[in-house]
Amino acid sequence: MKIWDLHCHLNAPGTTISARMDALMRHADRMGIERICLFMGTPWSHHPTPAILERTNDEILEVLKTWGDRAFGFVYLNPKYQRESLDELERCVANGPMVGVKLWQGWKCSKPEILPIVERAIELQAVFFHHAWLKNREENPEASTPMELAALSARYPQFPMICGHSGGEWESGFRAIRAQPQIHAGLGGFDPTAGVVEMAVRELGPARVIFGSDAWGRSFSSQLGKVLGADVSDHIKQGILRDNLRRLLLPICTAKGMAI
Amino acid sequence: MLLKAALAVSTAAAVNRQSGQAWGASAAGNTAEFVDTNVYLARWPCRRLWGDETPRLLAKLRAHGVTSAWAGSFDSLLHRDIAAVNVRLAGECADSGKGLLQAVGAINPALPDWEEDLRRCHEVHRMLAVRLHPNYHGYTLGDPRFARLLEHAARRGMLVQVALRMEDERTQHPLLQVAEVSPEPLVDLLPSLPGARLMLLNCFRSLRNNRLLLARLVRTGTVSFDISTLEVVAGVRAMLEATPGIPLVFGSYAPYFNFESAWLKLRESKLSANQLHDLRVGQAQAALAGTTRPG
Repeated sequence: MKIWDLHCHLNAPGTTISARMDALMRHADRMGIERICLFMGTPWSHHPTPAILERTNDEILEVLKTWGDRAFGFVYLNPKYQRESLDELERCVANGPMVGVKLWQGWKCSKPEILPIVERAIELQAVFFHHAWLKNREENPEASTPMELAALSARYPQFPMICGHSGGEWESGFRAIRAQPQIHAGLGGFDPTAGVVEMAVRELGPARVIFGSDAWGRSFSSQLGKVLGADVSDHIKQGILRDNLRRLLLPICTAKGMAI
Repeated sequence: MLLKAALAVSTAAAVNRQSGQAWGASAAGNTAEFVDTNVYLARWPCRRLWGDETPRLLAKLRAHGVTSAWAGSFDSLLHRDIAAVNVRLAGECADSGKGLLQAVGAINPALPDWEEDLRRCHEVHRMLAVRLHPNYHGYTLGDPRFARLLEHAARRGMLVQVALRMEDERTQHPLLQVAEVSPEPLVDLLPSLPGARLMLLNCFRSLRNNRLLLARLVRTGTVSFDISTLEVVAGVRAMLEATPGIPLVFGSYAPYFNFESAWLKLRESKLSANQLHDLRVGQAQAALAGTTRPG
């Protein structure tokens, strides 16, 4: 199987950016992971200010100088700071080597401030990854749900989006995004519960399911186990482990002259 | 009825003298032995699982080289007739387990006359261990009933497994909201219960970030920990380095988790041959040291 990981962070132990990335890739190698999507270095912030966004994106840019042949950089944005986020999108994607957008928990995706960011990402053909968790308790009022991401997708029905964590509580998450055919399910960053891949394939179709780990905080192994242990064909597993992600990356990488 | 496996190695004499070849390994140093300390039979209350038919679970375990799997029952979470749950579990392990499955009965100390359930597990079903689910049964590890249960189990020479969680709290069914069990009371309790032996299952979601508590639990010398919920890249190695002497055992938590998730952790961490042996079989055997079945 060829494996690309949609969901990695630069938060491995290490005193330098280089050491953290070396550790991440050393273990990716142990698990047979060829390429990774990388976003968010330090500091780790749910509500990043423009200064934090710039700093954490700088870390990813630094890493890409050495690891550009194996890592795809995604720019971390916060629509609360719309102007500055658009500037970061220009700096890191339009005029830089990054190929995707990562949005986390800083500003709900149902708020209008996100719209210009989505529209610029569409122009750039950037891969669009949005965190989403359905929780049975309120923790962060700015965290988005799969239902809110589905509503956003409905405004831009031709633009592929990725629902991070499959919504966490994935049985409801898949139902929430099912009717929006351009939303893909990211499998990383939640417990390796049996049945998740089987339901995703059944309800969304195999082309809308993408492997990711959420490393360093999650292990490659537990998250790979979701796919490798699933009761689906090897052909479908290969799509989930690499081909579906590669298809989303292809337009922007082609436009940038990046071979993938 | 109980497994053939292991009690091996140099610890064999100390381990399970009465039961002989049971639940553990077979030959000293036989690295082919592989103990999964954390599997379940029957039905998860909220979802059908790939392995909730015993033959499928067995096929998966065998395909990955597991030689002994300690099996509890999902039925024990909500059923009040625990005695019947344990009868079914023991029967399924004996009839379908084909030497691979070791039944681990459930005890609910919040039910009247749980002592009789414990007696039957030990004397009738000849189990060496029992498994507790305190959050589903509504008590904490600071509850005097839990201390009494540990005392009774120790007197019988039985290992007690405690599942600290069954599911991510954030994703629980709205009508089945149960908080993760805190192991903190064990630090004060265990020194007063010589002979008690404890294994914590599904335990690392909270313990991973509470190194002080983890170190105190390790120092009691009577607690082991399964790796099913040990997250972070190369988490096994990191845990062994950060907490010297920690007794880690292999536990997959199959079929709720895909078996491969824990299995791949053995590859993700760079481990010495001794560390790998300890994880696969040695620490599981050690956890059974001193356990006995009635003659």
